[in-house]
Amino acid sequence: MRTSLHGAGCGDSCCLRVQNLSVKIGSDKILSDINLHVHCGEMVALIGPNGAGKSTFLKAILGQQDHEGIIVFSSPGQRGRKPKIGYVPQSPTFDPGNPVSVADLFVCCQSKRPAFLGHSKAMRKSILECLQRVHGEDLIDKRIGTLSGGEVQRVLLALALEPIPNILILDEPLSGVDVEGQTDLMDMLDEIRDTYDLSILMTTHNFSLLNRYADLVVLIDRGIAAAGTPEQVLSGEAFSRVFHRAGGAQE
Amino acid sequence: MNIWYAICELLPVEMLQWDFMKNALLAILLMAPLFGLLSTMVVTGRMSFFSDALGHSAFTGIAIGCICGISAPVWAAVIFSVGFALLFSYVRSRSNHAADTLIGVFSSTAVALGIFIATLGGDSFTKYNQYLIGDILSVTPAQIGGLAIVLVLILIFWFFHSNRLALTAIHPQLASSRGIRVGLSQTVFTVAIAVVVTLCLSSVGLLILNSLLVLPAAASRNVAKNLKQYHLLSVLFALIAGVGGLTVSYCLGSSAGAAICLVLALIFAVSFCFRKGRG
Repeated sequence: MRTSLHGAGCGDSCCLRVQNLSVKIGSDKILSDINLHVHCGEMVALIGPNGAGKSTFLKAILGQQDHEGIIVFSSPGQRGRKPKIGYVPQSPTFDPGNPVSVADLFVCCQSKRPAFLGHSKAMRKSILECLQRVHGEDLIDKRIGTLSGGEVQRVLLALALEPIPNILILDEPLSGVDVEGQTDLMDMLDEIRDTYDLSILMTTHNFSLLNRYADLVVLIDRGIAAAGTPEQVLSGEAFSRVFHRAGGAQE
Repeated sequence: MNIWYAICELLPVEMLQWDFMKNALLAILLMAPLFGLLSTMVVTGRMSFFSDALGHSAFTGIAIGCICGISAPVWAAVIFSVGFALLFSYVRSRSNHAADTLIGVFSSTAVALGIFIATLGGDSFTKYNQYLIGDILSVTPAQIGGLAIVLVLILIFWFFHSNRLALTAIHPQLASSRGIRVGLSQTVFTVAIAVVVTLCLSSVGLLILNSLLVLPAAASRNVAKNLKQYHLLSVLFALIAGVGGLTVSYCLGSSAGAAICLVLALIFAVSFCFRKGRG
């Protein structure tokens, strides 16, 4: 199915424009003919059964996956400048015995100075500033293996927010997070979106929070099967067809 | 070497009156930081079994070098080990087998090939024993020079590459989203381990090599809270075990390599009792 969202007159306010995107791995067509516009300040949720191509779509946007079609980023007032993308990967279960502190993780990602030499006072201050954005200053000296699912997401989010991106992409940020933590995390994403005026594109299997937080829900099933407001998509015929085939909605 | 000998003679230690003990001590002082550092990443990257397999492949390389009549079989071994490491990385990235299964396949093949070649034509295997058990007491000044060069190269490599290696081991997707070429980073480390293991094999032997590549970091991991402590303690444990093991072996007349291994095991046991987050 070919669906175009906000197709005409998008102009400068468009933050991410995807046109006729297709991904083929070997002879297998993973995604075909995706057209999507994400506007500044919008929170877009990608939903779909496992293996529907959500993560492949994110990889294509991140430039980690060969694809056909056009992906263009733009931000108002910054024409011609390369947009910044913040990426929060699907969180792994860190080895609990790993002697790596949250500060070490920041140094490994952001500094050329080897993490095994420790970090300077200036570096520590800047890490604390990053963690403040996700209300996680107290996590700085914790070992990453001891963090809860919600804390891991906050740390990865803090990493993705330095430097402040134009678009934030999250792969299953709610998986492995308890119910209370999920609402906290979505509240935080909402706050970050308002504070820094950035767009958020995330994949999720949690449909119960979509009504409250998402502006646009896109149902992916090897292409765009449906797109619209959460009410439209979740009560639509395509949603029940796709998830009925996949063995029912996961949540 | 003369400066080192002079320093040793100033120390009021009985065992240092022998030149071979002076050589062995210097070799251990160079090897401890070298293997202390490498072991941190071997353990974090879950490669302890792999480094063991590499040691075996190096032995096979030496056997091939001997049979071909190459004057310095160690260089044949380096080439063979690097080839082994690259082939392993290639197969691992294109196979759905667990890493330990593949290591089993490669390791047993390498050992079998080594023994097959070494015993071709009814040759005796005994001349290869030095590579298996090793003898730190017979280390030569030239080998010590080689160890020093390897240490400097690894320190430089660590300074520029350790953040990437750590991030790749901690979270490969995050590493690749930050522009790190995960496959390349792993292969470079694998090759570095292959070169170090092979170059050190003839002077120290397989037994002590593998214990030094795993135990210091394993013990350090029990108590370290961050990467700085992890590295510091790992090097410190390797130093204590090296010097302690050498002293024990001198006093009791046992194998130095085995004594060093046992001291490391003791350190691991003690650190295990003081490990973090005990239930």
